Amino acid sequence: MNDTQQTIKTYILETFLPGEDAAALSTTTPLRSTGILDSLATLDLVSFLEERFQIELGAQDVDPSRWENIEELSALVERKRNGR
Amino acid sequence: MVEPGGRSVSYQELDALTDRVRDRLRHLGVQPGDRVGLMMHKTVDSLAVILGALKAGAAYVPVDAEAPAARCAYILNDCGVSAVFCDAEVADPLRSELEQLGRAPLPPMLVLPEAGAGHRLDALLDREDATDPIASGMPAEDAEVGPDDLAYILYTSGSTGRPKGVMLTHRNAISYVDWCGDIFRPTEEDRFSSHAPFHFDLSILDLYVPLAHGATLVLIGETLGKEPLALAEAIAEQRISVWYSTPSILNLLTQYGKLDRYDYGALRLVLFAGEVFPVAQLRQLKAHWPEPRYFNLYGPTETNVCTYYEVPRVVPEDRTEPYPIGWTCEHLDTRVVDVDGRDVEQGEEGELVVTGPGVMVGYWNLPEQNERAFLRDDGRAWYRTGDLVVEEEDGLYVFHGRRDRMVKRRGYRVELGEIEAGLSNHRGVKEVAVVAVPDGRAGLRIRAALAARDGHKLSVIEMKQYSMTVLPPYMVPDVFQFLEALPRTSTDKIDYQALKL
Repeated sequence: MNDTQQTIKTYILETFLPGEDAAALSTTTPLRSTGILDSLATLDLVSFLEERFQIELGAQDVDPSRWENIEELSALVERKRNGR
Repeated sequence: MVEPGGRSVSYQELDALTDRVRDRLRHLGVQPGDRVGLMMHKTVDSLAVILGALKAGAAYVPVDAEAPAARCAYILNDCGVSAVFCDAEVADPLRSELEQLGRAPLPPMLVLPEAGAGHRLDALLDREDATDPIASGMPAEDAEVGPDDLAYILYTSGSTGRPKGVMLTHRNAISYVDWCGDIFRPTEEDRFSSHAPFHFDLSILDLYVPLAHGATLVLIGETLGKEPLALAEAIAEQRISVWYSTPSILNLLTQYGKLDRYDYGALRLVLFAGEVFPVAQLRQLKAHWPEPRYFNLYGPTETNVCTYYEVPRVVPEDRTEPYPIGWTCEHLDTRVVDVDGRDVEQGEEGELVVTGPGVMVGYWNLPEQNERAFLRDDGRAWYRTGDLVVEEEDGLYVFHGRRDRMVKRRGYRVELGEIEAGLSNHRGVKEVAVVAVPDGRAGLRIRAALAARDGHKLSVIEMKQYSMTVLPPYMVPDVFQFLEALPRTSTDKIDYQALKL
């Protein structure tokens, strides 16, 4: 797991899954269909990512079909950081 | 009627489409007084199904297309619908759940095709006409209905785990719509938002007030309605003049919508209902939208809006107390009573009870609940809201809280008991108790405390996932706590107070 993925995972565990065993959440655990992130949580997470990584995420990046799990979300963050 | 980015229909086109729905329903044997269900995402098509059902003299029963199929099937079966319209994606799970409930034969299910860009209902009706032509000689007029005939049944959270159906008549709807006309003075130039889903009673204002006044209605679907950036843009682009939603959505727009980017010159009214609007958030919103008039509307599904309050133009910087729920709507009467049903003194806390043409006739097939729901006095039936209020000055009410275990989450009614009932079905759960605790940021956090059955180990993710299969999304707890055993009081009841700490 790289640093970006770890940062995202820690935030999700602390904010949305208090008390959960860290091993239960992997980088490929689906986040939306499992109820871990609902629409409000997604907005909260996006806000955190924008601030933490100094990037701007648009409406289409918040679209649930764009990313399913930490791995995909981390890839999106990396693309934005690299100006793409 | 406008679907942003999609279809637009004139009143004339809508009239023609709804006539087709009416005729198809009649052909299927739907009679005045029957119920017609719909499990569809919000589009011109679902609106046309609703109006077509009304033209056939039936009552429409909307269910949440995003809730588990089992819950929707329970509702449609409970009130014995004679026909169901549904989107393609939910048809199989819904059919399967209806079959499991054992009612035979199943009501005819009219499934809208997936593709068809805004003309899916037309496509469905064309297909039906081709395979099952409607006999000629069908009456071309709408059914005759009376003011006390049912117009719709809206299901709301039930404390025992089963949703209950609020039966609302034409009189209930029209007395309210007329009141809206008097207070908000809609014209043909207005452009109303339809943000609330059709199973939520905020939709009654959205759908019928523009209809009654020839105004335009802009349908905001489920996805757009939760995306603050896109929604903020749509409200400006569509030149919405009347916005009605829960405070949660307004707050979402303020926090994440980047409202400074757009021109909201068309917006003249901001109406909100469903939950308390924290003053700090209201002040922030007004900083972005200073021009419109703002109204706090209060009332349970059983009465629709029963009190109202216009927020002052400027919200003082030092105000922290939420604004009052206000004065009784002119078409209704209210009282504040104690546990024995006697009026309390002005300034004393009591339960708000309501009577008048806006008040429901009762819950569908729940005679005991109906008995308990009303205080019968001086020949009138007063609906017990369960909300505690204080009358501050003559006729002005301030909300003080609930008697029971019902809370609001994003404006939706949530019986904590319904969450408990849902979670206790999980094989690994021995006992569950759900509490709601205030939270500075989120307003309210729902916490589920669980004791596992011997030999079972539960995880948060597993419980979240399970919740999604038995409860609508807004009822999924925020926090899951796993305990050896639930704390008990000296009389051996679950100690809810201890759980809140």
